[in-house]
This record gives sequence, C-alpha cells and structure tokens, in this order.
Amino acid sequence: MIRTLPQSNTFKWTYRAYVTLFFVYLALPLTVVCLMAFNNSVFPSLPWEGFTWAWFFGDEDPFIGVFNDRSILRSIGTSMFVAFWVSLLSIAVGTTNAFLFVRHDFKFKEFFYILMLLPLIIPGIILGISILVFSNAVANNLENATGMWFDGLRPGLPLVILGQFSFIATFATLVISARLEKFDRSLEEAALNLGATRLGAIRQITMPFLFPAIAGAGVVAILMSFENFNTTLMLVGSDAPLTINMFDRLKLGSTPVLNAVSLLLIVVSALLGLVSLLFQKRDKSS
Amino acid sequence: MNSVHSRLSLYLLFTPFLLWLALLIIIPHIFMFLVSISVKTGVREYVTGLGNYMVFFTEPLYWNTFARTAFMSISATFLTLLIGFPVAYYIAKLTRGRTKTTLFLMCLIPFWVSELVRTFGWMILLRETGIFSSFLQYIGLASEPIEFLYNDAAIMVGLVYTSMLFMVVPLVTTLDSLDDSLIEAGYDLGGNGITVLREIIIPHAMPGIVSGCIVVFMLSLGNYLTPILLGGKDSLWFTGLIYDQFITRFNWELGSAFGFLLLILSSTIVWAGLKLSGQSLTDTVGR
Repeated sequence: MIRTLPQSNTFKWTYRAYVTLFFVYLALPLTVVCLMAFNNSVFPSLPWEGFTWAWFFGDEDPFIGVFNDRSILRSIGTSMFVAFWVSLLSIAVGTTNAFLFVRHDFKFKEFFYILMLLPLIIPGIILGISILVFSNAVANNLENATGMWFDGLRPGLPLVILGQFSFIATFATLVISARLEKFDRSLEEAALNLGATRLGAIRQITMPFLFPAIAGAGVVAILMSFENFNTTLMLVGSDAPLTINMFDRLKLGSTPVLNAVSLLLIVVSALLGLVSLLFQKRDKSS
Repeated sequence: MNSVHSRLSLYLLFTPFLLWLALLIIIPHIFMFLVSISVKTGVREYVTGLGNYMVFFTEPLYWNTFARTAFMSISATFLTLLIGFPVAYYIAKLTRGRTKTTLFLMCLIPFWVSELVRTFGWMILLRETGIFSSFLQYIGLASEPIEFLYNDAAIMVGLVYTSMLFMVVPLVTTLDSLDDSLIEAGYDLGGNGITVLREIIIPHAMPGIVSGCIVVFMLSLGNYLTPILLGGKDSLWFTGLIYDQFITRFNWELGSAFGFLLLILSSTIVWAGLKLSGQSLTDTVGR
C-alpha cells in the first residue's frame, strides 16, 4: 500500500473514491451555509427562490442584511474587543513562559510543565464554571468587606477575556517555545561580547528571531477567541460576543442573515488561518 | 553576578506564569470543589458533605446522562478513527509534493471556521426542510419530508465532523515518519495487506492514534453546541445538565459537583489512555 507497489485497479479506485467522498463530507456543510446566504427566502433552506444580496446589504424588514443588523454588528465589535485583549495577554504570558521553560532550569520543572499543559485537557465548560465560581466568591467577599461593587468580577467581558486567556495562553506558550528552542544561543553571546546588555541582546537579537512565532501565536489566539463558545457561554454577561449572539438566534430559528455572517466568518478565518500558516512557514525556513 | 542575574530573571518569568496558573486554573478548581461539597440546608446556610454527589447517584436521569455522554463520546472517537485513518494514510503515503500539501490544507480549513458555523451547516443539511430531505424527494426516494435532525445519529455525525481534524493531523504526522522500505520489507517477507497493516503500520502509528483518540474523546465529552443543536429533546448531554444547573436553576452546588464528575471522567480516560500506550502528556498534547 505505498506508491511504489502495484495495486489492483479496483482497490486503487475504491480508495480514491473513499477519499473523495471524505472531502465532499468535509466541504458539504460549509458549502451549503455559504450558498444559502444568497437565497432570496426568509428561511435558510430549500426551495431556492433566486439569487440575492439582501442578506448582506438589505435594509427592509424582514430582509435585514448583516451590514444593517445592529445587534450583529455590535456583537462583532464585542468579539473583536475580546479577541484583542485575549491575544495580547496570551502573547505576553506565552513569551515569558517560553523563556521560563526553554532558558531556565528549576526545581520541579517537569511538574510545572505538566501544570502548564493542563488547560488543554480541561473541558472548556468546566474552565468557565470554575472561574465563574471563584470570581463570584471573591466579589462577594470584597463587597461584604468594603461595601463597594465589583462588577468586573461578575459575568461580563472581563471574565470572558480571562476565561479564554486561561487556555489560549497554553497554545501561545507551545508555539513560541518551539521557536525559541531552535534559537542559537551563540548569537546572543556574540552580542554580549560586542558590549550589548542582556536585555539589549534579547531585544535586538532574540525578539526579532521570535517575531514570526509571536505573530503566529497572536493570530491563532484571535481565531480561537473569536470562535470560542463553551468557556464564553458560562461567563458572558449582557454584551454577547458573536458566537453567543448567533447561537441565541439559531435556537429561535433565523433568517439567512446568519448564513451571511457565517460566510464572512469562513472567509476571514480562512484568511487568518493562511496568515498563521505563512508565519509557521517562515518559522521553518529560517 | 551571572547567577544573581539569572535568579532575578527566573523570578521575573515565574511570576506571570504562577499568577496565570494559580488565579485562572488551580484556585478556581479548588473553589469549584469546595462549592460542590457544600450542601444547602436553608437560605444562605450550608454544611459540608457529599449530598450533591449523592443526588447524582440517586437520580437515574443524571447518571444515565453521564453514562450516555461517555458512551457516545467513546463511539464518536472510534468512528472518527475508523473514518480518518484511511484518509490520513492516503495523504501520508500515497500522495506527495503539492497534492499532499493541498489535501492536508483541505483537511485543516473547515476547522478554522467556528464550530457554530459547522453545526449550522449540518442543521441546514439534515432538517426536515433541509437539503437531504429535499434531494431524496426530488429523486423520488421519499414521498414526503424526512426529519434527519434531532436524534442521536445526527449528534454522532456532528461530533465526528467536529473532531476529524484532531484525529487526521496526528495520524498524518506519525504515518509520514514511517519509512516506506519497512512496508516493502513486510511484503517481501510474504505479508499481505492485512498483516502489513496489523504488524507494521498500526504499531508505528500508535502514538498518533492515541493522541488523536484522547483529544477527540475530550472534545466530544466537553462538547455543548453539537448535542444541543443537533440532538432532540431526549438527547441529553452532560454539559447541558451543567449549564442547566448553573444558569437556568441557579443551583451552583449541584452544578459544581457535575462539573467535577465530568473533569474526573475526562482526566481518568486521558490518564488511562496514556498509561495503556506508555506515553506522557507532554508528547501527546504538548506538541
């Protein structure tokens, strides 16, 4: 079953047909979501009523397009806000973690490394409820003690950001560590010999080398934050990010405006995904 | 001087790490455990005890849902492996160069898209007024609309679809590292397709199989969207129960107990999978 070995034609074609079928299966749901965005009907289903751009630009009830739908636009803004902070925090902690685990030896390093990986194996919904329970307890105690209100610790965007950051930081750490491991320490030593300070050497030599990984981790963090549902669901307050807003509408049954949003999401995430792959490629080639 | 420097930088780097891990992962889970062992006896009065866990074991609905979630997640994992393995093998061994990169990318793209969008796609395909039902009527195999949605099979389709990437990627990576000459040698020594598969390919791919299965199982167990949107009224999922207790009924004590049980189940399976295959967590998820 390798290229160099002869195989019977029946086997070869069955195998090819199976693989083709697999890719049809992968593409089918996304394709229908995109196609239905152009259906001139108030339900995202057949029959096909003709082609329309109304679900993008329409402004007459019930044909309200994405770009005229206030609640969707607002939730896209919310998602961007969350993604920005999650990505910033994850990059910061991911970078310090990478230096910690690649450059330093300390007691119980193995143990701490496993702790660092833990967020990957905790179901998202449990990360969400544990942070909810903890922040709620802290808020109650603080409010009892001081008599002030601590709204930041109640369900809402700050908690959503922290909740997403709690596990995305691990991904950022892994991506940045992988790059830092490949770094040739002698370059830094050369800079030190030439009179650079330690921080100067890191800023001018190591950071430029790490940049593709940091940027890649940032893009991945934005993608993951935008798409996160489980953790966000438990921590969300009155401002709903895009996925939560879409979920609420999906449960009620919605017009194809959701398809239009999905189409935009697919295009944007595919582009961001390709960008992150490009960063990884640069990562490998240098 | 140098060691003082390195001490200082160690502390500086350790601080954000510790703050992140302690405040967002460890302490919240300790609190969740504490809430799960406090039983409500009156308004704002609690005693410590295992009452919430007793509720779980005495109420058939709860542990049935728990067992159902576990069983369906295991089935979804096996199905994903069964469907994904031939494809991963095809990509790793029977293609090369540009075709290989393209096929691999085509596997990745659907998963950059939000899970919500993917599930929405299946809803459009499977529902009564959906594409499949219309198509069957069109070609004359069905005389009236058929509802494919809101049953366990629909959940299964959704779970397998959502997890496929996490199976195919590790499989392709491990199969890629298998030297073709080993397979040739297997044939030269008189093996046929099945023995070569059993004696050479599968043992070599084991690390990929294990890490794929672990990740797929965890994702299925913790999934919320797919079972809620594709499953029917009776297709309960354990994460759905947790959500109900927390958000709808505001019974955080019972909800925390449920959360802890789910965490134990998920960790046990991960641990067992690693033990059985003799791998470490670092190799499996820390790639």
